[in-house]
Amino acid sequence: MEILVILVPLALMLGGAGLVAFLWSLRSGQYDDLDGAAWRAIADDEPPQEAPAKR
Amino acid sequence: MQVTRDFSHYVRDAGEGLRHIDLAVEGVHCAGCMAKIERGLSAIPDVTLARVNLTDRRVALEWKAGTLDPGRFIDRLEELGYKAYPFETESAEVAEVAESRFLLRCLGVAAFATMNVMMLSIPVWSGNVSDMLPEQRDFFHWLSALIALPAAAYAGQPFFRSAWRALSAKTTNMDVPISIGVILALGMSVVETIHHAEHAYFDAAIMLLTFLLVGRFLDQNMRRRTRAVAGNLAALKAETAAKFIGPDEISQVPVAAINPGDIVLLRPGERCAVDGTVIEGRSEIDQSLITGETLYVTAEQGTPVYAGSMNISGSLRVRVSAASEATLLAEITRLLDNALQARSRYMRLADRASRLYAPVVHATALLTILGWVIAGASWHDAIVTGVAVLIITCPCALGLAIPTVQTVASGTMFKAGVLLNAGDAIERLAEADHVIFDKTGTLTLPDLQVMNAADIPADIFELAGRLALSSHHPVAAAVAQAAGAKSPILSAVEESGQGVRATVDGLELRLGGPSFCGAEALVGSAALDPEASIVAFSKGSERFILSVRQGLRPDAKAVIAALKARNIGIEILSGDREPAVKAAADALGIPEWRAGVTPADKIARIEELKRRGAKVLMVGDGMNDAPSLAAAHVSMSPISAAHLSQATADLVFLGRPLAPVVAAIDAARKALHLMRQNLWLAIGYNVLAVPVAISGVVTPLIAAAAMSGSSILVMLNSLRARSSSREIV
Repeated sequence: MEILVILVPLALMLGGAGLVAFLWSLRSGQYDDLDGAAWRAIADDEPPQEAPAKR
Repeated sequence: MQVTRDFSHYVRDAGEGLRHIDLAVEGVHCAGCMAKIERGLSAIPDVTLARVNLTDRRVALEWKAGTLDPGRFIDRLEELGYKAYPFETESAEVAEVAESRFLLRCLGVAAFATMNVMMLSIPVWSGNVSDMLPEQRDFFHWLSALIALPAAAYAGQPFFRSAWRALSAKTTNMDVPISIGVILALGMSVVETIHHAEHAYFDAAIMLLTFLLVGRFLDQNMRRRTRAVAGNLAALKAETAAKFIGPDEISQVPVAAINPGDIVLLRPGERCAVDGTVIEGRSEIDQSLITGETLYVTAEQGTPVYAGSMNISGSLRVRVSAASEATLLAEITRLLDNALQARSRYMRLADRASRLYAPVVHATALLTILGWVIAGASWHDAIVTGVAVLIITCPCALGLAIPTVQTVASGTMFKAGVLLNAGDAIERLAEADHVIFDKTGTLTLPDLQVMNAADIPADIFELAGRLALSSHHPVAAAVAQAAGAKSPILSAVEESGQGVRATVDGLELRLGGPSFCGAEALVGSAALDPEASIVAFSKGSERFILSVRQGLRPDAKAVIAALKARNIGIEILSGDREPAVKAAADALGIPEWRAGVTPADKIARIEELKRRGAKVLMVGDGMNDAPSLAAAHVSMSPISAAHLSQATADLVFLGRPLAPVVAAIDAARKALHLMRQNLWLAIGYNVLAVPVAISGVVTPLIAAAAMSGSSILVMLNSLRARSSSREIV
């Protein structure tokens, strides 16, 4: 059962990392436009500005 | 005269030599629009940021200071096919956004804590029936406390604050039993953990907060979205005025930048955006948006004009007495204040439920404690059982029952072209059983239409339309639009107050008043609609007359029939003259109508219906309707309505058809049905769970399972509000 000493803090740290990531994403405005974000994911990239490089 | 556009009122300094402006954009629907706009605007040199927000339909723009005129962005969007207007965030919306973010942060913290406490609880539950050592159990309980206590202290803030506010005001609300339940559950768990007891309720308490925060967040988010839509509506009205900045120089400025005492120019065909007094010029003005009266009024020096009036024939100089919102007709303001006070008495379904709920639950818990003591249990065991009753009855499902349905239903309404202005509008709309329509602008379309286009040869009509393009008169604009005219006749000359004339292929063309075209004989002979404006057109010696008036909304008749089929009473109350109202009522098959009604009369009629027990839905657009919109049980306005009416109405509908009225009623009725069903589900769960709790056999496992089970059931039921409703008309 000594393994708990490692596993429990590890689990809490992972959960805490998730929470920090959530708070960061909230702060950086990623939930401000949920409709737009859904579409951006499948939108085409910008068309290439110059001719494609030769292989 | 030089006209410039001035947007400096809306431009913010974004720091580092950058300028920022927000634009509300009409007609953005999809990813295609988003990409098109962003690419189109980013291509302008010196633009550093162009980002579309599809949820709020806005564009944020930043550029290097001093290099660009914001008007250029609007022109660029116009080229791309979108109408854009500068937008100013109101302080109310900023507050809603901040609140919404705070709730989301609380929700994140609570959800994190719930998951981690649950991870510790499950081994305890399974260990209790197997071979867990008491020391290990205590260790897990202490760890749970370490997570749950700070998390609850942070995430519980919205509830604790609201409960405290209610208690300080010596009232009670739903948050009082929630706060008591959570604090008691956590406190009891700490005491139990100190005494090495088997059961602790950290998981139940924090899970409860998580579920309730979901409901709270959904509710807040709907309010935030409504507020954003209302902000866009205000911007899309694009209220600007031509202000004199020199004796002969005018600048097109937003109404927000106009001060009392300024002088503005009101050109023919423009809608006045301010209240003021005419100081120079002579014209006819259309005040139908203010009084409902469709006949034009003559304006000359000294005539007061109100925001919303349309200038018809000549240019006017107006001295501003108050910018857009400050003063209105005193009578309307007074009526409106009274009506708004009366309205705030409505109690929402959730509040009614909680008012019943709190005393019942607290009494049950108290009786449980006393009952067990009388039955011979120790005080400790009795109190533990009592707290278990509080935990299990905590209104998890009750807190979700209404916001979840409202969120889904408001989405359905949004798709049908109806925007919510008030959070409780859905409940009130569902109860409506009597509809009062205003006529002008509500049953009829706000813009003018040519009624007898079919009687006129197509080539003549087209020619009249092209000639009409050279005039600013609104009636001419209607003719031009109806004829689909694109290319003006270049040699056309407008004769102020008379009409337009031009010579094409040696023939003289004239469009204007009957006398201007020598067509008095035709007007005298034809039996004409008393409400229509008559325009005459002459080509050489040929004479034609066009009858121009506000037409009924295309689907008005079908909508009235659909309302009748739903057993909803209908009547028309209009400020317009009797023949006009009678004609509309006959055309739509509405037997009950009143004409020439003043705002006070409208309220009196609504009060009379109220006394008879009817729940009135008022649909109106004019400023004269604003007090009755506020007095009615629930109210709706078209998007073209006067500022004040739109702000007062509970719902706003978009577009030319009237069908959104029926769609909204259907969606609201379905939503109310589901809300009630959800409340019954929540109550049913309590009826099953409470006896178990009173009997003292509840373990944290049972509490957690029952709580999440009922919440998920309620949420799934709410999703049914999304399924498309039956055919409207």
